[in-house]
Amino acid sequence: MKITPEEVERVAALARLQLDGPEVERMTRQLDTILSYVAKLDEIDTQGVEVTTHTQQVVNAFREDEVQPSLQPEQALANAPEDNGASFSVPRIIR
Amino acid sequence: MDFEIVIGLEVHAQMNTKSKIFCGCSTEFGAPPNTHTCPVCLGMPGSLPVLNRQVVEAAIKLALATDSTINQENIFARKNYFYPDLPKGYQISQFELPIAEHGKLEIEVEGTKKTIGITRIHMEEDAGKLVHDELEPVSHVDLNRTGTPLLEIVSEPDLRSPAEATAYLKKLHAIVRYLDICDGNMQEGSFRCDANISLRPVGQEEFGIRTELKNMNSFKNVQLAMEYEVRRQRDVLLDGGRVIQQTLLWNPDKAQTETMRGKEEAHDYRYFPDPDLVPVVVDQDWISTVAAGLPELPDHRRRRFCEELGLNDYDAEILTSSRELADYFELALAEYGNAKKLGNFMGTELLREYGAEEIEACPVRPSQLARLLKMIEDNTISGKIAKTVFAEMLDKGQDPEVIVKEKGLVQMSDEGELQAMVREIIAANQEQAQQFRDGKTKVMGFFVGQLMQRTKGKANPKLANKLFQQELNTP
Repeated sequence: MKITPEEVERVAALARLQLDGPEVERMTRQLDTILSYVAKLDEIDTQGVEVTTHTQQVVNAFREDEVQPSLQPEQALANAPEDNGASFSVPRIIR
Repeated sequence: MDFEIVIGLEVHAQMNTKSKIFCGCSTEFGAPPNTHTCPVCLGMPGSLPVLNRQVVEAAIKLALATDSTINQENIFARKNYFYPDLPKGYQISQFELPIAEHGKLEIEVEGTKKTIGITRIHMEEDAGKLVHDELEPVSHVDLNRTGTPLLEIVSEPDLRSPAEATAYLKKLHAIVRYLDICDGNMQEGSFRCDANISLRPVGQEEFGIRTELKNMNSFKNVQLAMEYEVRRQRDVLLDGGRVIQQTLLWNPDKAQTETMRGKEEAHDYRYFPDPDLVPVVVDQDWISTVAAGLPELPDHRRRRFCEELGLNDYDAEILTSSRELADYFELALAEYGNAKKLGNFMGTELLREYGAEEIEACPVRPSQLARLLKMIEDNTISGKIAKTVFAEMLDKGQDPEVIVKEKGLVQMSDEGELQAMVREIIAANQEQAQQFRDGKTKVMGFFVGQLMQRTKGKANPKLANKLFQQELNTP
């Protein structure tokens, strides 16, 4: 097995997903299939190959420090499940 | 048992660019909620962040000013976590290849110099702001600050006392302000600091268990919070207990650190390179160009003030604590010439009213101060009167000449006029005159005081002394 049910539960918690028992089992099975498939890559010898973070050769894509118009607050809030007309509303959070 | 304190600081400095790090929204502070957002900083699917060149410039400046090694190729990473102030579900930051590493900063505490290592400097975006509703179990999210450029500066755990940590923080603060890359406003959160603190028995190699301190929004609070936390940990350890690794918030009202409410989760940020942003390549040409434009930094300026202007270390340190103050000093000096006297006057009279960073708001301009001090030099007014005139200048913003003239404060240096008064005072105070002749020279103060009273402080003090000496010694 490439992944355990405990790891699936942990990843679910990090992603704020609530999974019940059968779901954990199903996800473990599916993720295991995916990971096993991807694990094929491990068979390639990468000794001496530089770590690749980007596949393109482009570097230094910059913009100049200029202010552009922002959205209207109504537009910014348009997709919010709840708002008070000025801000997004979320369940009370105390950090 | 004796403990050694180990402190490392993480500083977040907001860059004073006009626009955000990855989009063109304004970074202006205090705008109505959610008026500075766009699809990029709201984290809308399909939007593409593009890096603000000015942020890279600022990072290069700070790297050069802290003797850091610039990574010629550096990349952005996603730091994944869920919180309502972070619309994308990840913060764009730098992880494996930050823009700069291995820097250092020199601090001085009670005359002892020490070099503090800087682990890394990296570019990242700020998160939004949460306002907790007073009544409802609701938090309001304002995303104006989302995407404001930050430089995070992480120190090595080289600091051994809250005083050293504060000195480091002040030095870093002075540097970002000298470089003009951050406004340094701690109240508004544009210069923030988290501290990692632990204690270990003296002589022990490995670090003790640390706590992380947050929410210290002034130099004073930083020092108080760290001192409190050191005492707290020491008490725990002396009682045979164990320090719990946790994040603590400083409560300035109660002057204590508090555990954050709610359960803390183990952090697992699952960093990975951000595919939306291409690598940043900083070549030697770019570094040289930025280096050529660097201003004189506080350490260098302080040394110059000592070596070339003859100031003592203490005055030089104070006068270079902000770029504006040092500029003010040098402008006034160009007209007045006596660095020591100018430094003294600024250190006492000016800095009592205006902090080193508020000097630009001071109505008395450098040239006016220089002219005031020149009036002492050429005996137009006494040093004491100068303080009164200065207070008036601060109050009304008028020129010193105008105040001196309008209030008739010109020093009395007419020998004949003063001599007459001196004789009258001696005649009226025969007892004290005899005491003086008997060797009780302290009564000189009394006599000069009498003359000052009669002249409303305008008598030339040197001349007054001379005349009394003369008259008292020749009966």
